[in-house]
Formats: sequence, C-alpha cells, structure tokens
Amino acid sequence: MKKEEWNEKVKSCEERQVEFTTVSGLPVRVLYTPDDIADIEYDRDLGYPGAFPYVRGVYTNMYRGRLWTMRQFSGFGTARDTNRRYKYLLKHGQTGLSVAFDFPTLYGRDSDDSFSRGEVGKCGVAIDSLRDMEILFRGIPLDRISTSMTINPPAAMLLAMYIAVGEKQGLPPRILTGTIQNDMLKEYQAQKTWIYPPGPSMKIISDILAYCCEHVPKWNTISISGYHIREAGSTALQELAFTLKNGFTYVEHGIKAGLSVDKFAPRLSFFFNAHLDFFEEIAKYRAARRIWARMMREKYNAEDPRSYLMRFHTQTAGCTLTAQQPENNIIRTAYQALSAVLGGTQSLHTNSMDETYALPTEKSAKIALRTQQLLAYESGVANTIDPLGGSYYVESLTNELEKGAYEYFTKIDKMGGVIPAIEKGFFQKEISRSAYSYQKALERKQKYHVGVNVFEEEERPEIEILKISRQVEKVQIQELRKLRKQRNNKRVREKLRMLRKAAEDGESLMPRILDCVREYATIGEMCNTLKEEYGIYHEPIIF
Amino acid sequence: MRGKIRVLVGKPGLDGHDRGAKVVAAALRDAGMEVIYTGLHQTCESIVEAAVQEDVQVIGLSVLSGAHMTIFPKVLKLLKAKKATDILVIGGGIIPIDDMKKLQRIGVRMLFGPGTPTSEIVDWIRSNTSEPKKPSRRAKRSVKKRVTKKRKK
Repeated sequence: MKKEEWNEKVKSCEERQVEFTTVSGLPVRVLYTPDDIADIEYDRDLGYPGAFPYVRGVYTNMYRGRLWTMRQFSGFGTARDTNRRYKYLLKHGQTGLSVAFDFPTLYGRDSDDSFSRGEVGKCGVAIDSLRDMEILFRGIPLDRISTSMTINPPAAMLLAMYIAVGEKQGLPPRILTGTIQNDMLKEYQAQKTWIYPPGPSMKIISDILAYCCEHVPKWNTISISGYHIREAGSTALQELAFTLKNGFTYVEHGIKAGLSVDKFAPRLSFFFNAHLDFFEEIAKYRAARRIWARMMREKYNAEDPRSYLMRFHTQTAGCTLTAQQPENNIIRTAYQALSAVLGGTQSLHTNSMDETYALPTEKSAKIALRTQQLLAYESGVANTIDPLGGSYYVESLTNELEKGAYEYFTKIDKMGGVIPAIEKGFFQKEISRSAYSYQKALERKQKYHVGVNVFEEEERPEIEILKISRQVEKVQIQELRKLRKQRNNKRVREKLRMLRKAAEDGESLMPRILDCVREYATIGEMCNTLKEEYGIYHEPIIF
Repeated sequence: MRGKIRVLVGKPGLDGHDRGAKVVAAALRDAGMEVIYTGLHQTCESIVEAAVQEDVQVIGLSVLSGAHMTIFPKVLKLLKAKKATDILVIGGGIIPIDDMKKLQRIGVRMLFGPGTPTSEIVDWIRSNTSEPKKPSRRAKRSVKKRVTKKRKK
C-alpha cells in the first residue's frame, strides 16, 4: 500500500478523542514513518553509545556493563532514625544513598529556630551539625558507597560535613563519591528553597566548583535539576529547556570565575523527572544528551569528551501520584521507571505508593525498590542499548523537543540570560501557567488521571502511614542544646568570624566552612553569618 | 453592586511547594473571587494579620511539609485571639486522613486532598459564604503589593 492511499483510508476512520497530544500538549500524529526522520544522519545526529553526540547513551556498553544505581531518596526524623532506614535499604539491595533533609536544614536554620517549629524531622532528616552527620553515616563506610544530598543554599556546609565524616573514617576527600544538588537557579524558578539573592548564591557555587576540582575530584558538584521544575507544573519541553539553560549558565559562571571548562564540566550532572507520557520522557532524555554535547563542544569549546556527557539521575514524578486508589501508584511508578531506563538514566529513584499522604513506610519503600529490581533483573530491557533508537516516533519527538529547547534558549538570551529572567518572573510565570492549564485540562477531561477524573471510587483507602513522632523535635532540640554546651564555643566564634571575613573579602568560602564544621558550628550559625553579609532573597509574587 | 467573596491563600512555614496554592488561587480568581496570595514562607501571625486587615471571609492554607498539626491549630488560635473566628479556615496539601479528621474536629472547616477539582473548592466556598453586601473599601487596592512590602520590613 502507498502512503497516500493509507492516509486517505485512516482519515475515514473515527477516532476516540478529538485531539491526541502528549501530556505536555505536543500534538501526536496517528503514525510516524521514515519520512518523519528523513533528515537524520545516523553518525552526525545519533552516533554510537559513548560517542558524540551521545544520543544513544553516555557509556559504550551502558547497562550491559553496569546497571543504573538504585538510589532511593530517603530521610526522616533524627539522624538515628534515618541511619536505620539506610541500613534497611542497603540490606535489600539498594546501591547508593540519597539524603532527604527536613525543611529547617534545607533553609539553613537550626532545629530550635522559631521558623522550624513543627517542621523538624518531618519531611526529611534533621541535621544541625557534624554530630548529626556522624550519626547519619554510622556504620556506613563512605569509600564503598556514593551519596547524593538534596541540598541547595547550605550545600557547601553539608559537603563540608560529609568530608569531615570521611576524615573521621580515615578517608581522604579525594576518594569520596557523591553529589550535592547545589542548583540554586532552579530554586528561584521552581523549588523555592533559597536564602541569599542570586549573586551571592552563584558565588558560593563557583567556590564549590573550584574547591572540588582540587580536593574532591570525584564529587558531582551540581546536579542541574529539571525535576522540581516539572513538579511545579512545567511541561516536558520547559523542563528540558530550562534545565539545560541553567546548566549552560553554570558553565558560563565557572568560566568567568577563571576555571577551565574541562576541569569542572565533567563533574556536572543532571536530574530529570519521569512523568506520565512514556515516549515523551524518553525523547526528552535523548534530546538533552544531544543538546548538551553539541553546545559544550561548539559553544563552550570543551575538548575533554567527559565534558560532553549529560549524565543524569531520574526520579519518578511525585506530582502524578494519587491519593485516590494509592496502590495504582505502584504501577504508575513502574511505567515511569521504565521510561527512565529506556532513556538511559545513570541512577533512579522510584516513588512509593503512599507519598501523597506522608513519607513512605518501610514496606512501601521496599516495593518501590523492588520495582527497579524487576526492571533490571526480569524484564530484559537492560540487555541492549537504547532499544527505541530508530523508532520513527521517538526520533521525531526527540528532534521536536530539541528544536523547542533552542527556541527557549533564544528567548531567555533576549531577556539577558537566566538570572534577569528569574528577576522578571519569566520561569515562574511559564511554570504556573502550565500547571494551571494542565489542571483545567483534567477538569475538562481532556487529560485523564485514573482514580481522580476517570474510574473514580467513592471509598477512601485505609493504608498504613509513617508517623513522625512529636518527640523528634524535642529530642533534636535537646541534643542541639547539649552540643552547644559541650563544644569549644570560643573556637566556634573565632571560626565563624573568619567565615564572615572571607565573605566580606570575596575569598573562597569552602576552607572556612570546613573549619567551622570541624568545630561543630551549626548550619544555622553558618548561614546566619553569611546572611549578614549577603542579605536574603525575596521573590516577586506571581500566580 | 455587591462585593466579591474575598479569600486569602496562604503558604505558612518553610514549605516551598507552591504549585497547588497558585493553581487554587488562579481558579478562585477566575471564578470571580478576590484572591490575596501571600507568597511563600509566611508566619501564622502574618497570615492572620493580613486576613483580618483585608477582611477576608476565607483563609485557605496549603501545607505539604508535614507541619500541618502545628500550623492549623496555631492559625485557629490566633484568629480566636483576634476575635475573627467568623473567618473560615480551609486547607489542602499532604495530610494523612487521620490528621485531617483531627483538624476538622478542632475547627478547620474543610480540607481538600490531592486530586480535588478546583471547581469543588469554588463550590464549597460559594455555598459556605455569602457575597459581602458592599464592595470592600480596599477592593481596588493591590493587596498583593502591600503584603509583599510588609514582609520586607
């Protein structure tokens, strides 16, 4: 049959929907054919895994050599509670750690700060000082595990604490492996965890880049994150475009700070969301690899191939979990995880079914981990590289997302770059508009969410929920007060004074922060010291 | 002319998840209500103060941080102290069902869980409030700006 003939035929068939689009609203055609990818030149546009432009994967034999890291984001209560959960997850086959901090820690506030009331240990683990970090990693040898820490404004402090825990285990910083999120741009855009204004935040990030190049060379210094942009409501295209543009902004800042691009770029990594639309997500990861590789080579003149690699972590989309029929979340998460694996992720977190109610129980966290193990060991999807490469649809969608991302780059450049665009509220508006239009599409049933607007059930489920005791806050505050009595306060004050001076003089903060941390200065003390110099950020209010 | 229903949408505490609050704020606005959105990182005190000053009928709080058992009771207590218990307190976020029940027993009028259609929130507010007899004196002023300014002090 000829294409024209088929086209005529299909036109006369009735369709079950008025319109077919991806979850992000990109139109989807009824069929994709070789015509849709006629422009693709294999060597130029796809290439081989581990070779430019890395569309098919960043490593030569991908999962045939080593599976992705199964890294469940976890933390709650005190350091003791979380240490126990880490050991449980490791015992059940988890291969990397990922620390979830509570809100006071994320904002650089101590547990006894008035703003921390009610929040201590609630949505993550409470860390006030090195003492808590020592407990958090007790019995976990840092030379045998990599640790990712979701921490942004106080990233330098938590990295310093991790280094100090390593020292106490007799390990030099150069062998430590892991990641700090340390991506402030997406904080102003989406996750909204900030302390200082963008200028000082970017300065601290440059300090960390420089310090790690020299002393912690295996550390991933920034995890450039689209995850939170997507969770805040963006489309897949916005997630892709904003994240990469943020990445290039860090590259530009690093270069401006006098670092050679090939010295720091290989340690930049990425973090994406795995949302509902299966193929769109896979195309997003593939497009991200191509854009990063080409821009790093052509625009930023990187020469080390490691600078071209868009290595990334993925987490399934928390915002797609439903409170209704929570067991469905297991299946939803499994499809999302599959898209991440087919998209070539380097590490993966799978959400637990109960997370629209609370942090996960031991049982639900284990099911989430098992979901990854099923994919890795049973499904066979990890046995060949990029099995969807060459798919007319996936390749065409990869091209389309790539093109859309470049259009966003131009738009952002016209506004003067990422930081001016943040100050104008550009990203915030784009994201909240997408969130609102998706909500409207759900309410008009143009998009479906099982259990929410289709196949609803009346009954509320009875499921087991993890409860964080009110005792946690009390205990944490008691311990903190005890620490303040036990440590050498004269030395703490002296080290904080030197931190302040380094900030005033525009010197690198990392060595001074390490000094403070070793004397058991608290996160709040260090962040407040820097606040005096840098001021605090206020967001333009837009909805 | 009758006035619009006035609602304050608040983000108390350190929680930065503002997707839900903003979606609800936009939906209430599109349904013809006057919406004051506080922005992030508000104290319970500043939320109650703004609500009383702005003469709102409803406070909607969005809490996804797990601090709901601290925040909601505190807001109710502050409203009582200000003799403003006629302001209805509603909310949403990540709240376990048992906690929802407890909060509703102490005076939170309604809690909307994840997945609630915004039309349901609009309908609830409409059927539990009446439109003010006259428009607010402050109706034309940009309340958003005022709230922001106050925060910077």
